[in-house]
Amino acid sequence: MTEITLIDAINQALHYEMHADKDVIVLGEDIGINGGVFRATRGLFEKFGAERVLDTPLAESMIAGLSIGMATQGLKPVAEFQFMGFSYPALDQIINHAARLRNRTRGRLHCPLVFRMPYGAGIHAPEHHSESTEAIFSHIPGLRVVVPSSPARAYGLLLAAIRDPDPVIFLEPTRLYRLNRQKVPDTGVALPLDQSFLLREGNDLTLISWGAMLRETLLAADALLQKGLSAEVIDVATLKPLDCDTLVFSLEKTGRCVIIHEAARFCGVGAEIAAQLSEKAFFSLKAPIQRVTGYDVTVPYAQLEKQYLPSVERIINVVDQTLGFA
Amino acid sequence: MRGVKMSEILSFWKGDERGNCFSKCENDFSICVPIATQLLHATGVATAFKLRKQKRVVVTSCGDGATSEGDFYEALNIAGVWQLPVVFVINNNQWAISLPLDAQTHAKTLAQKAIAAGISGEQVDGNDVVAVKFVVDRAIAKARVGNGPSVIEALTYRLGDHTTADDANGYRSQDKYGEVLQQAWKEEPLLRLRRYLFEKKYWSEAEEEQLKKRYHATIEMAVAEYLALPKPTITDLFDYHYATLPADLSEQRIEAEALFRLHEIGKE
Repeated sequence: MTEITLIDAINQALHYEMHADKDVIVLGEDIGINGGVFRATRGLFEKFGAERVLDTPLAESMIAGLSIGMATQGLKPVAEFQFMGFSYPALDQIINHAARLRNRTRGRLHCPLVFRMPYGAGIHAPEHHSESTEAIFSHIPGLRVVVPSSPARAYGLLLAAIRDPDPVIFLEPTRLYRLNRQKVPDTGVALPLDQSFLLREGNDLTLISWGAMLRETLLAADALLQKGLSAEVIDVATLKPLDCDTLVFSLEKTGRCVIIHEAARFCGVGAEIAAQLSEKAFFSLKAPIQRVTGYDVTVPYAQLEKQYLPSVERIINVVDQTLGFA
Repeated sequence: MRGVKMSEILSFWKGDERGNCFSKCENDFSICVPIATQLLHATGVATAFKLRKQKRVVVTSCGDGATSEGDFYEALNIAGVWQLPVVFVINNNQWAISLPLDAQTHAKTLAQKAIAAGISGEQVDGNDVVAVKFVVDRAIAKARVGNGPSVIEALTYRLGDHTTADDANGYRSQDKYGEVLQQAWKEEPLLRLRRYLFEKKYWSEAEEEQLKKRYHATIEMAVAEYLALPKPTITDLFDYHYATLPADLSEQRIEAEALFRLHEIGKE
Protein backbone atom coordinates (compact mmCIF):
# COMPACT_ATOMS: atom_id res chain seq x y z
CA MET A 1 0.00 0.00 0.00
CA THR A 2 1.31 3.43 -0.94
CA GLU A 3 1.62 6.10 1.66
CA ILE A 4 -0.55 9.14 1.16
CA THR A 5 -0.63 12.76 2.35
CA LEU A 6 -3.33 14.40 4.44
CA ILE A 7 -4.87 16.02 1.37
CA ASP A 8 -4.92 12.62 -0.37
CA ALA A 9 -6.64 11.16 2.68
CA ILE A 10 -9.34 13.86 2.53
CA ASN A 11 -9.81 13.06 -1.13
CA GLN A 12 -9.95 9.34 -0.42
CA ALA A 13 -12.61 9.83 2.26
CA LEU A 14 -14.72 11.99 -0.06
CA HIS A 15 -14.49 9.37 -2.81
CA TYR A 16 -15.40 6.60 -0.39
CA GLU A 17 -18.41 8.32 1.09
CA MET A 18 -19.79 9.69 -2.18
CA HIS A 19 -19.68 6.16 -3.51
CA ALA A 20 -21.25 4.66 -0.37
CA ASP A 21 -23.99 7.25 0.13
CA LYS A 22 -25.75 8.89 -2.79
CA ASP A 23 -27.07 11.64 -0.53
CA VAL A 24 -23.57 13.06 -0.11
CA ILE A 25 -23.19 16.20 -2.24
CA VAL A 26 -19.91 18.08 -2.54
CA LEU A 27 -20.00 21.79 -3.29
CA GLY A 28 -17.89 24.92 -3.19
CA GLU A 29 -15.81 27.32 -5.21
CA ASP A 30 -13.54 25.70 -7.82
CA ILE A 31 -14.12 22.25 -6.35
CA GLY A 32 -15.56 20.61 -9.47
CA ILE A 33 -13.67 20.66 -12.73
CA ASN A 34 -10.66 22.22 -11.01
CA GLY A 35 -10.71 19.75 -8.11
CA GLY A 36 -10.29 22.47 -5.49
CA VAL A 37 -7.46 24.94 -4.98
CA PHE A 38 -5.64 22.35 -2.85
CA ARG A 39 -6.97 19.45 -4.98
CA ALA A 40 -8.98 18.00 -2.09
CA THR A 41 -11.87 17.20 -4.43
CA ARG A 42 -9.93 16.13 -7.52
CA GLY A 43 -11.52 13.36 -9.52
CA LEU A 44 -14.93 13.68 -7.85
CA PHE A 45 -16.46 15.66 -10.69
CA GLU A 46 -15.34 13.12 -13.28
CA LYS A 47 -16.58 10.21 -11.19
CA PHE A 48 -19.84 11.49 -9.70
CA GLY A 49 -20.85 14.17 -12.20
CA ALA A 50 -22.11 17.73 -12.11
CA GLU A 51 -25.24 16.78 -10.18
CA ARG A 52 -23.36 15.74 -7.05
CA VAL A 53 -20.23 17.85 -7.37
CA LEU A 54 -21.42 21.42 -7.56
CA ASP A 55 -19.18 24.27 -8.65
CA THR A 56 -20.81 27.25 -6.95
CA PRO A 57 -20.64 30.96 -7.66
CA LEU A 58 -18.30 32.92 -5.42
CA ALA A 59 -20.52 33.61 -2.40
CA GLU A 60 -19.81 32.04 0.98
CA SER A 61 -23.05 32.93 2.72
CA MET A 62 -24.82 31.35 -0.23
CA ILE A 63 -22.76 28.18 0.04
CA ALA A 64 -23.71 27.86 3.70
CA GLY A 65 -27.38 28.80 3.31
CA LEU A 66 -27.77 26.53 0.30
CA SER A 67 -26.17 23.65 2.20
CA ILE A 68 -28.56 24.19 5.09
CA GLY A 69 -31.54 24.06 2.75
CA MET A 70 -30.28 20.84 1.15
CA ALA A 71 -29.49 19.25 4.50
CA THR A 72 -33.01 19.79 5.83
CA GLN A 73 -34.29 17.71 2.93
CA GLY A 74 -32.07 14.76 3.82
CA LEU A 75 -29.07 15.43 1.62
CA LYS A 76 -25.61 15.48 3.20
CA PRO A 77 -23.75 18.46 1.80
CA VAL A 78 -19.99 18.65 2.25
CA ALA A 79 -19.14 22.24 1.42
CA GLU A 80 -15.66 23.67 1.05
CA PHE A 81 -14.67 27.19 1.99
CA GLN A 82 -11.50 28.00 0.12
CA PHE A 83 -9.77 29.25 3.28
CA MET A 84 -10.96 29.72 6.84
CA GLY A 85 -10.47 33.48 6.48
CA PHE A 86 -13.17 33.50 3.81
CA SER A 87 -15.74 31.63 5.87
CA TYR A 88 -16.73 34.73 7.81
CA PRO A 89 -19.44 35.94 5.40
CA ALA A 90 -21.09 32.59 6.15
CA LEU A 91 -21.02 32.99 9.93
CA ASP A 92 -24.57 34.37 9.93
CA GLN A 93 -25.85 31.22 8.24
CA ILE A 94 -23.67 28.89 10.31
CA ILE A 95 -24.31 30.43 13.72
CA ASN A 96 -27.89 31.57 13.24
CA HIS A 97 -29.18 28.57 11.33
CA ALA A 98 -26.98 25.49 10.86
CA ALA A 99 -26.17 25.34 14.57
CA ARG A 100 -29.70 26.07 15.71
CA LEU A 101 -32.22 24.48 13.38
CA ARG A 102 -32.47 21.27 15.41
CA ASN A 103 -33.08 23.14 18.65
CA ARG A 104 -35.30 25.79 17.06
CA THR A 105 -37.64 23.16 15.65
CA ARG A 106 -37.33 20.80 18.61
CA GLY A 107 -35.71 18.15 16.46
CA ARG A 108 -37.99 18.44 13.42
CA LEU A 109 -35.34 19.85 11.06
CA HIS A 110 -31.64 19.21 11.36
CA CYS A 111 -28.47 19.84 9.40
CA PRO A 112 -26.32 16.82 8.55
CA LEU A 113 -23.62 18.85 6.84
CA VAL A 114 -19.88 19.46 6.88
CA PHE A 115 -18.12 22.76 6.28
CA ARG A 116 -14.54 21.91 5.33
CA MET A 117 -11.89 24.59 5.30
CA PRO A 118 -8.10 24.81 5.18
CA TYR A 119 -6.86 26.64 8.25
CA GLY A 120 -3.71 27.75 9.98
CA ALA A 121 -0.44 29.46 9.13
CA GLY A 122 2.88 28.24 7.81
CA ILE A 123 2.43 28.11 4.05
CA HIS A 124 3.72 31.62 3.25
CA ALA A 125 0.33 32.71 2.02
CA PRO A 126 -1.04 36.25 1.68
CA GLU A 127 -3.30 37.80 4.32
CA HIS A 128 -6.49 35.96 5.35
CA HIS A 129 -5.06 32.59 4.27
CA SER A 130 -3.49 31.72 7.65
CA GLU A 131 -6.39 32.07 10.08
CA SER A 132 -6.80 29.90 13.12
CA THR A 133 -10.06 31.11 14.59
CA GLU A 134 -11.43 27.78 15.77
CA ALA A 135 -12.55 29.41 19.02
CA ILE A 136 -15.27 31.33 17.14
CA PHE A 137 -16.91 28.10 16.04
CA SER A 138 -16.15 26.24 19.28
CA HIS A 139 -18.14 28.84 21.20
CA ILE A 140 -21.34 28.05 19.34
CA PRO A 141 -23.80 25.55 20.83
CA GLY A 142 -24.97 23.04 18.25
CA LEU A 143 -21.71 22.90 16.27
CA ARG A 144 -18.98 20.29 16.24
CA VAL A 145 -15.43 21.44 15.55
CA VAL A 146 -13.05 18.76 14.34
CA VAL A 147 -9.35 19.10 13.47
CA PRO A 148 -7.33 16.19 12.04
CA SER A 149 -3.57 16.06 12.53
CA SER A 150 -2.49 13.12 10.35
CA PRO A 151 -3.59 11.48 7.09
CA ALA A 152 -5.21 8.57 8.95
CA ARG A 153 -7.12 10.81 11.31
CA ALA A 154 -8.14 13.09 8.41
CA TYR A 155 -9.65 10.09 6.65
CA GLY A 156 -11.39 8.59 9.68
CA LEU A 157 -12.62 11.87 11.12
CA LEU A 158 -13.93 13.21 7.82
CA LEU A 159 -15.95 10.03 7.30
CA ALA A 160 -17.33 10.42 10.83
CA ALA A 161 -18.10 14.10 10.21
CA ILE A 162 -20.06 13.33 7.02
CA ARG A 163 -21.99 10.56 8.77
CA ASP A 164 -22.78 12.70 11.80
CA PRO A 165 -26.36 14.00 11.81
CA ASP A 166 -25.31 17.46 13.01
CA PRO A 167 -23.25 20.27 11.47
CA VAL A 168 -19.48 19.80 11.65
CA ILE A 169 -16.82 22.46 11.11
CA PHE A 170 -13.92 20.45 9.71
CA LEU A 171 -10.64 22.36 9.92
CA GLU A 172 -7.85 21.03 7.75
CA PRO A 173 -4.36 22.17 8.77
CA THR A 174 -3.00 23.59 5.55
CA ARG A 175 0.58 23.20 6.73
CA LEU A 176 0.05 19.43 7.06
CA TYR A 177 -1.66 18.93 3.70
CA ARG A 178 1.50 17.59 2.05
CA LEU A 179 3.95 17.38 4.93
CA ASN A 180 3.83 13.70 5.89
CA ARG A 181 2.79 10.46 4.30
CA GLN A 182 1.09 7.53 5.95
CA LYS A 183 -0.61 4.30 4.98
CA VAL A 184 -4.37 4.91 5.10
CA PRO A 185 -6.38 1.81 4.17
CA ASP A 186 -9.54 2.77 2.26
CA THR A 187 -11.81 0.65 4.44
CA GLY A 188 -14.50 3.24 5.12
CA VAL A 189 -13.95 2.88 8.84
CA ALA A 190 -14.63 6.13 10.65
CA LEU A 191 -12.86 7.33 13.77
CA PRO A 192 -14.91 8.43 16.76
CA LEU A 193 -15.86 12.09 17.10
CA ASP A 194 -15.95 13.84 20.49
CA GLN A 195 -12.87 11.92 21.51
CA SER A 196 -9.26 12.90 22.01
CA PHE A 197 -6.40 10.68 20.87
CA LEU A 198 -3.49 9.70 23.05
CA LEU A 199 -0.56 9.96 20.64
CA ARG A 200 2.18 9.16 23.10
CA GLU A 201 2.24 7.89 26.66
CA GLY A 202 4.41 9.55 29.26
CA ASN A 203 4.75 10.24 32.96
CA ASP A 204 6.31 13.61 33.58
CA LEU A 205 3.97 16.03 31.87
CA THR A 206 0.99 16.24 29.52
CA LEU A 207 1.21 18.14 26.24
CA ILE A 208 -2.16 18.99 24.73
CA SER A 209 -2.53 20.24 21.17
CA TRP A 210 -4.38 19.81 17.87
CA GLY A 211 -3.88 20.27 14.16
CA ALA A 212 -0.55 21.36 12.75
CA MET A 213 0.95 22.32 16.12
CA LEU A 214 1.13 18.65 17.03
CA ARG A 215 4.21 18.48 14.82
CA GLU A 216 6.16 20.91 17.03
CA THR A 217 4.59 19.38 20.11
CA LEU A 218 5.86 15.91 19.20
CA LEU A 219 9.31 17.32 18.38
CA ALA A 220 9.36 18.95 21.83
CA ALA A 221 8.40 15.60 23.36
CA ASP A 222 11.30 13.98 21.46
CA ALA A 223 13.68 16.60 22.87
CA LEU A 224 12.43 15.84 26.38
CA LEU A 225 13.17 12.16 25.88
CA GLN A 226 16.81 13.11 25.28
CA LYS A 227 16.77 14.55 28.80
CA GLY A 228 15.21 11.37 30.16
CA LEU A 229 11.76 12.89 30.59
CA SER A 230 8.62 11.45 29.06
CA ALA A 231 5.71 13.61 27.91
CA GLU A 232 2.21 12.33 27.31
CA VAL A 233 0.94 13.87 24.04
CA ILE A 234 -2.77 14.24 23.38
CA ASP A 235 -4.42 15.27 20.12
CA VAL A 236 -7.69 16.92 21.16
CA ALA A 237 -9.07 16.33 17.61
CA THR A 238 -12.66 17.34 18.46
CA LEU A 239 -12.48 20.80 20.01
CA LYS A 240 -16.22 20.91 20.53
CA PRO A 241 -17.65 19.02 22.29
CA LEU A 242 -14.48 18.61 24.33
CA ASP A 243 -13.41 15.19 25.62
CA CYS A 244 -12.25 16.48 28.97
CA ASP A 245 -12.12 13.02 30.59
CA THR A 246 -9.09 11.95 28.55
CA LEU A 247 -7.28 15.16 29.51
CA VAL A 248 -8.16 14.87 33.20
CA PHE A 249 -7.09 11.23 33.23
CA SER A 250 -3.69 12.18 31.87
CA LEU A 251 -3.26 15.12 34.22
CA GLU A 252 -4.06 12.93 37.20
CA LYS A 253 -1.10 10.84 36.15
CA THR A 254 1.42 13.55 35.26
CA GLY A 255 0.30 16.53 37.37
CA ARG A 256 1.73 18.97 34.83
CA CYS A 257 0.30 20.29 31.61
CA VAL A 258 1.12 22.60 28.72
CA ILE A 259 -1.43 23.44 26.04
CA ILE A 260 -0.12 24.36 22.60
CA HIS A 261 -2.11 26.07 19.86
CA GLU A 262 -1.31 28.45 17.05
CA ALA A 263 -4.45 30.56 17.48
CA ALA A 264 -4.22 33.81 19.41
CA ARG A 265 -4.17 33.22 23.17
CA PHE A 266 -7.04 35.42 24.38
CA CYS A 267 -10.25 33.37 24.60
CA GLY A 268 -8.55 30.61 22.63
CA VAL A 269 -9.65 27.00 23.05
CA GLY A 270 -6.59 26.57 25.29
CA ALA A 271 -8.21 28.92 27.81
CA GLU A 272 -11.29 26.72 27.96
CA ILE A 273 -9.20 23.58 28.37
CA ALA A 274 -7.14 25.20 31.14
CA ALA A 275 -10.29 26.33 32.92
CA GLN A 276 -11.91 22.90 32.75
CA LEU A 277 -8.74 21.17 33.92
CA SER A 278 -8.36 23.54 36.87
CA GLU A 279 -11.98 22.80 37.81
CA LYS A 280 -11.69 19.06 37.44
CA ALA A 281 -8.08 18.18 38.24
CA PHE A 282 -6.95 20.96 40.56
CA PHE A 283 -5.68 18.67 43.29
CA SER A 284 -3.56 16.69 40.83
CA LEU A 285 -1.70 19.80 39.72
CA LYS A 286 1.96 20.13 40.63
CA ALA A 287 2.43 23.27 38.53
CA PRO A 288 0.25 25.96 36.93
CA ILE A 289 -1.32 24.96 33.62
CA GLN A 290 0.56 26.85 30.92
CA ARG A 291 -0.11 27.77 27.33
CA VAL A 292 2.14 28.21 24.32
CA THR A 293 0.12 29.99 21.66
CA GLY A 294 0.14 32.49 18.87
CA TYR A 295 0.37 36.06 20.13
CA ASP A 296 -2.73 38.25 20.42
CA VAL A 297 -1.98 39.88 17.10
CA THR A 298 -3.18 39.56 13.53
CA VAL A 299 -1.55 36.56 11.90
CA PRO A 300 1.43 38.09 10.06
CA TYR A 301 2.30 37.80 6.38
CA ALA A 302 4.94 35.27 5.35
CA GLN A 303 8.03 37.10 6.63
CA LEU A 304 7.10 37.07 10.30
CA GLU A 305 5.13 33.84 10.23
CA LYS A 306 7.83 31.80 11.92
CA GLN A 307 8.09 34.32 14.74
CA TYR A 308 4.33 34.12 15.29
CA LEU A 309 3.89 30.36 15.37
CA PRO A 310 4.88 28.53 18.56
CA SER A 311 8.25 26.92 17.88
CA VAL A 312 9.77 23.80 19.41
CA GLU A 313 12.04 26.12 21.42
CA ARG A 314 9.12 28.13 22.81
CA ILE A 315 7.37 24.92 23.80
CA ILE A 316 10.50 23.56 25.50
CA ASN A 317 11.00 26.83 27.38
CA VAL A 318 7.53 26.68 28.85
CA VAL A 319 7.83 22.96 29.49
CA ASP A 320 11.03 23.64 31.45
CA GLN A 321 9.22 26.23 33.57
CA THR A 322 6.39 23.80 34.20
CA LEU A 323 8.78 21.05 35.21
CA GLY A 324 10.69 23.54 37.38
CA PHE A 325 7.86 23.80 39.90
CA ALA A 326 8.86 21.62 42.83
CA MET B 1 -47.85 29.59 6.48
CA ARG B 2 -48.98 26.44 4.78
CA GLY B 3 -50.31 23.75 7.12
CA VAL B 4 -49.04 25.36 10.31
CA LYS B 5 -51.56 24.94 13.11
CA MET B 6 -52.86 28.04 14.82
CA SER B 7 -51.90 26.59 18.20
CA GLU B 8 -48.32 26.22 16.94
CA ILE B 9 -48.23 29.88 15.93
CA LEU B 10 -49.50 30.82 19.38
CA SER B 11 -46.79 28.69 21.01
CA PHE B 12 -44.10 30.32 18.89
CA TRP B 13 -45.15 33.85 19.74
CA LYS B 14 -45.41 32.94 23.40
CA GLY B 15 -41.73 31.99 23.33
CA ASP B 16 -41.94 28.23 23.02
CA GLU B 17 -39.71 26.48 20.46
CA ARG B 18 -42.27 23.70 20.16
CA GLY B 19 -44.26 26.15 18.07
CA ASN B 20 -41.75 25.45 15.29
CA CYS B 21 -42.23 21.70 15.51
CA PHE B 22 -44.93 21.73 12.85
CA SER B 23 -47.03 18.58 12.92
CA LYS B 24 -48.53 18.88 9.44
CA CYS B 25 -45.72 20.17 7.22
CA GLU B 26 -42.69 18.52 8.67
CA ASN B 27 -40.11 19.53 6.06
CA ASP B 28 -41.07 23.19 5.85
CA PHE B 29 -38.90 25.86 7.40
CA SER B 30 -40.13 27.75 10.43
CA ILE B 31 -40.31 31.53 10.75
CA CYS B 32 -36.89 32.99 9.98
CA VAL B 33 -35.98 35.96 12.15
CA PRO B 34 -32.66 37.10 10.55
CA ILE B 35 -33.53 39.07 7.43
CA ALA B 36 -33.17 37.43 3.99
CA THR B 37 -31.28 34.35 5.17
CA GLN B 38 -34.36 32.22 4.40
CA LEU B 39 -34.02 32.99 0.70
CA LEU B 40 -30.82 30.94 0.61
CA HIS B 41 -32.44 28.06 2.49
CA ALA B 42 -35.11 28.11 -0.19
CA THR B 43 -32.49 27.76 -2.91
CA GLY B 44 -31.00 24.81 -1.01
CA VAL B 45 -34.36 23.08 -0.74
CA ALA B 46 -34.97 23.81 -4.43
CA THR B 47 -31.56 22.30 -5.25
CA ALA B 48 -32.55 19.15 -3.36
CA PHE B 49 -35.81 18.93 -5.34
CA LYS B 50 -33.93 19.43 -8.58
CA LEU B 51 -31.23 16.84 -7.82
CA ARG B 52 -33.88 14.32 -6.87
CA LYS B 53 -35.88 15.15 -10.00
CA GLN B 54 -38.96 15.89 -7.94
CA LYS B 55 -41.59 18.10 -9.56
CA ARG B 56 -41.73 20.35 -6.54
CA VAL B 57 -41.40 24.10 -6.14
CA VAL B 58 -40.24 26.26 -3.22
CA VAL B 59 -41.98 29.52 -2.36
CA THR B 60 -40.21 31.95 -0.06
CA SER B 61 -41.02 35.50 0.94
CA CYS B 62 -39.27 38.54 2.32
CA GLY B 63 -39.94 42.21 2.86
CA ASP B 64 -38.71 45.27 0.98
CA GLY B 65 -35.93 45.80 3.54
CA ALA B 66 -34.58 42.31 2.88
CA THR B 67 -33.80 43.23 -0.72
CA SER B 68 -30.85 45.28 0.56
CA GLU B 69 -29.22 42.24 2.19
CA GLY B 70 -26.40 40.37 0.52
CA ASP B 71 -28.22 37.07 0.95
CA PHE B 72 -31.05 38.42 -1.25
CA TYR B 73 -28.71 38.95 -4.18
CA GLU B 74 -26.82 35.72 -3.53
CA ALA B 75 -30.09 33.79 -3.54
CA LEU B 76 -31.37 35.34 -6.76
CA ASN B 77 -28.00 34.78 -8.37
CA ILE B 78 -27.75 31.06 -7.59
CA ALA B 79 -31.42 30.53 -8.44
CA GLY B 80 -30.70 32.03 -11.85
CA VAL B 81 -27.45 30.20 -12.53
CA TRP B 82 -28.87 26.83 -11.58
CA GLN B 83 -32.40 27.57 -12.85
CA LEU B 84 -33.87 26.44 -9.54
CA PRO B 85 -37.57 25.80 -8.97
CA VAL B 86 -38.10 28.65 -6.56
CA VAL B 87 -40.42 31.64 -6.38
CA PHE B 88 -39.31 34.72 -4.41
CA VAL B 89 -42.21 36.85 -3.22
CA ILE B 90 -41.31 40.31 -1.94
CA ASN B 91 -43.91 41.80 0.31
CA ASN B 92 -43.18 45.45 -0.45
CA ASN B 93 -45.09 47.38 2.20
CA GLN B 94 -42.84 50.43 1.70
CA TRP B 95 -41.45 50.40 5.24
CA ALA B 96 -38.63 48.46 6.91
CA ILE B 97 -39.39 49.46 10.51
CA SER B 98 -38.61 53.18 10.23
CA LEU B 99 -36.96 53.29 6.82
CA PRO B 100 -39.13 54.19 3.84
CA LEU B 101 -38.45 52.50 0.51
CA ASP B 102 -36.82 55.56 -1.08
CA ALA B 103 -34.16 55.41 1.64
CA GLN B 104 -33.75 51.67 1.08
CA THR B 105 -32.99 51.69 -2.62
CA HIS B 106 -32.55 53.99 -5.58
CA ALA B 107 -34.00 51.34 -7.88
CA LYS B 108 -37.38 52.26 -9.35
CA THR B 109 -38.80 48.83 -8.50
CA LEU B 110 -37.71 45.82 -6.49
CA ALA B 111 -38.82 43.47 -9.23
CA GLN B 112 -36.10 44.86 -11.50
CA LYS B 113 -33.47 43.47 -9.13
CA ALA B 114 -34.23 40.13 -10.82
CA ILE B 115 -32.80 41.45 -14.08
CA ALA B 116 -29.25 41.45 -12.72
CA ALA B 117 -29.67 37.77 -11.86
CA GLY B 118 -31.02 37.01 -15.31
CA ILE B 119 -34.38 35.85 -14.02
CA SER B 120 -37.87 37.17 -14.52
CA GLY B 121 -39.32 39.72 -12.14
CA GLU B 122 -42.74 41.31 -12.06
CA GLN B 123 -44.82 43.59 -9.93
CA VAL B 124 -48.32 42.79 -8.79
CA ASP B 125 -50.93 44.72 -6.86
CA GLY B 126 -50.32 43.11 -3.49
CA ASN B 127 -53.67 44.31 -2.20
CA ASP B 128 -55.49 42.35 -4.88
CA VAL B 129 -55.90 38.82 -3.56
CA VAL B 130 -56.99 37.44 -6.93
CA ALA B 131 -54.10 39.05 -8.82
CA VAL B 132 -51.53 37.80 -6.29
CA LYS B 133 -52.88 34.27 -6.53
CA PHE B 134 -52.77 34.47 -10.30
CA VAL B 135 -49.13 35.56 -10.60
CA VAL B 136 -47.89 33.24 -7.86
CA ASP B 137 -49.71 30.27 -9.44
CA ARG B 138 -48.20 31.19 -12.79
CA ALA B 139 -44.67 31.43 -11.38
CA ILE B 140 -45.06 28.10 -9.55
CA ALA B 141 -46.31 26.40 -12.70
CA LYS B 142 -43.38 27.81 -14.65
CA ALA B 143 -40.88 26.60 -12.05
CA ARG B 144 -42.52 23.19 -11.85
CA VAL B 145 -41.94 22.44 -15.51
CA GLY B 146 -38.30 23.43 -15.22
CA ASN B 147 -38.49 26.93 -16.61
CA GLY B 148 -36.70 28.53 -13.70
CA PRO B 149 -37.19 30.94 -10.84
CA SER B 150 -39.19 34.15 -10.58
CA VAL B 151 -39.28 37.26 -8.45
CA ILE B 152 -42.68 38.72 -7.62
CA GLU B 153 -42.90 42.13 -6.00
CA ALA B 154 -46.25 42.47 -4.29
CA LEU B 155 -46.98 46.17 -3.72
CA THR B 156 -48.81 47.02 -0.57
CA TYR B 157 -48.59 49.43 2.34
CA ARG B 158 -47.88 48.85 5.99
CA LEU B 159 -50.95 50.17 7.78
CA GLY B 160 -49.88 49.64 11.37
CA ASP B 161 -46.77 49.84 13.49
CA HIS B 162 -43.90 47.44 12.79
CA THR B 163 -44.62 45.51 16.02
CA THR B 164 -46.56 46.05 19.21
CA ALA B 165 -43.33 47.51 20.61
CA ASP B 166 -43.05 50.05 17.79
CA ASP B 167 -44.65 53.48 17.45
CA ALA B 168 -44.69 54.56 13.82
CA ASN B 169 -45.72 58.13 14.75
CA GLY B 170 -42.07 58.81 15.51
CA TYR B 171 -41.06 58.41 11.87
CA ARG B 172 -44.32 58.41 9.91
CA SER B 173 -46.01 61.65 10.86
CA GLN B 174 -49.67 62.27 10.11
CA ASP B 175 -48.65 65.54 8.45
CA LYS B 176 -46.47 63.88 5.89
CA TYR B 177 -48.09 60.47 5.52
CA GLY B 178 -51.72 61.00 6.62
CA GLU B 179 -53.10 61.09 3.10
CA VAL B 180 -51.04 58.14 1.92
CA LEU B 181 -52.29 56.09 4.86
CA GLN B 182 -55.87 57.06 4.20
CA GLN B 183 -55.55 55.94 0.61
CA ALA B 184 -53.81 52.72 1.71
CA TRP B 185 -56.68 51.86 4.05
CA LYS B 186 -59.04 52.09 1.09
CA GLU B 187 -57.02 49.37 -0.60
CA GLU B 188 -56.75 47.12 2.44
CA PRO B 189 -56.88 43.69 0.78
CA LEU B 190 -59.46 41.94 2.98
CA LEU B 191 -61.92 44.84 2.93
CA ARG B 192 -61.33 45.20 -0.79
CA LEU B 193 -62.04 41.53 -1.45
CA ARG B 194 -65.15 41.80 0.68
CA ARG B 195 -66.38 44.82 -1.31
CA TYR B 196 -65.75 42.96 -4.52
CA LEU B 197 -67.62 39.85 -3.36
CA PHE B 198 -70.57 41.92 -2.18
CA GLU B 199 -70.72 43.92 -5.41
CA LYS B 200 -70.68 40.74 -7.46
CA LYS B 201 -73.21 39.18 -5.07
CA TYR B 202 -70.87 36.24 -4.40
CA TRP B 203 -71.16 36.92 -0.70
CA SER B 204 -73.82 37.97 1.81
CA GLU B 205 -74.04 39.34 5.33
CA ALA B 206 -75.56 36.06 6.50
CA GLU B 207 -72.68 34.02 5.07
CA GLU B 208 -70.21 36.39 6.67
CA GLU B 209 -71.85 36.04 10.07
CA GLN B 210 -71.66 32.27 9.72
CA LEU B 211 -68.02 32.43 8.72
CA LYS B 212 -67.19 34.71 11.66
CA LYS B 213 -68.86 32.26 14.05
CA ARG B 214 -66.88 29.40 12.55
CA TYR B 215 -63.60 31.29 12.78
CA HIS B 216 -64.39 32.33 16.32
CA ALA B 217 -64.85 28.67 17.28
CA THR B 218 -61.65 27.69 15.42
CA ILE B 219 -59.66 30.34 17.28
CA GLU B 220 -61.15 29.38 20.64
CA MET B 221 -60.20 25.76 19.98
CA ALA B 222 -56.66 26.73 18.97
CA VAL B 223 -56.26 28.82 22.11
CA ALA B 224 -57.56 25.94 24.22
CA GLU B 225 -55.16 23.56 22.51
CA TYR B 226 -52.28 25.95 23.09
CA LEU B 227 -53.21 26.45 26.77
CA ALA B 228 -53.47 22.69 27.30
CA LEU B 229 -49.85 22.17 26.25
CA PRO B 230 -47.73 21.28 29.28
CA LYS B 231 -45.00 23.79 30.05
CA PRO B 232 -41.56 23.04 28.59
CA THR B 233 -39.16 21.43 31.05
CA ILE B 234 -35.66 22.52 31.99
CA THR B 235 -34.16 19.52 30.20
CA ASP B 236 -35.65 20.79 26.93
CA LEU B 237 -32.90 23.40 27.07
CA PHE B 238 -30.34 20.71 26.40
CA ASP B 239 -32.04 17.93 24.50
CA TYR B 240 -32.27 19.36 20.98
CA HIS B 241 -28.84 20.71 20.19
CA TYR B 242 -27.36 17.44 18.98
CA ALA B 243 -28.82 14.13 17.87
CA THR B 244 -27.14 12.57 20.91
CA LEU B 245 -26.26 14.59 23.96
CA PRO B 246 -22.48 15.12 24.18
CA ALA B 247 -20.86 14.24 27.50
CA ASP B 248 -20.05 17.82 28.52
CA LEU B 249 -23.58 18.99 27.81
CA SER B 250 -24.93 16.01 29.70
CA GLU B 251 -23.04 17.21 32.79
CA GLN B 252 -24.65 20.64 32.51
CA ARG B 253 -28.06 19.06 32.01
CA ILE B 254 -27.73 17.03 35.20
CA GLU B 255 -26.55 20.08 37.11
CA ALA B 256 -29.37 22.29 35.83
CA GLU B 257 -32.03 19.70 36.53
CA ALA B 258 -30.76 19.08 40.07
CA LEU B 259 -30.70 22.81 40.83
CA PHE B 260 -34.20 23.21 39.43
CA ARG B 261 -35.51 20.32 41.56
CA LEU B 262 -33.92 21.78 44.66
CA HIS B 263 -35.55 25.11 43.91
CA GLU B 264 -38.94 23.44 43.41
CA ILE B 265 -38.60 21.55 46.71
CA GLY B 266 -37.73 24.86 48.37
CA LYS B 267 -40.98 26.36 47.14
CA GLU B 268 -43.09 23.50 48.51
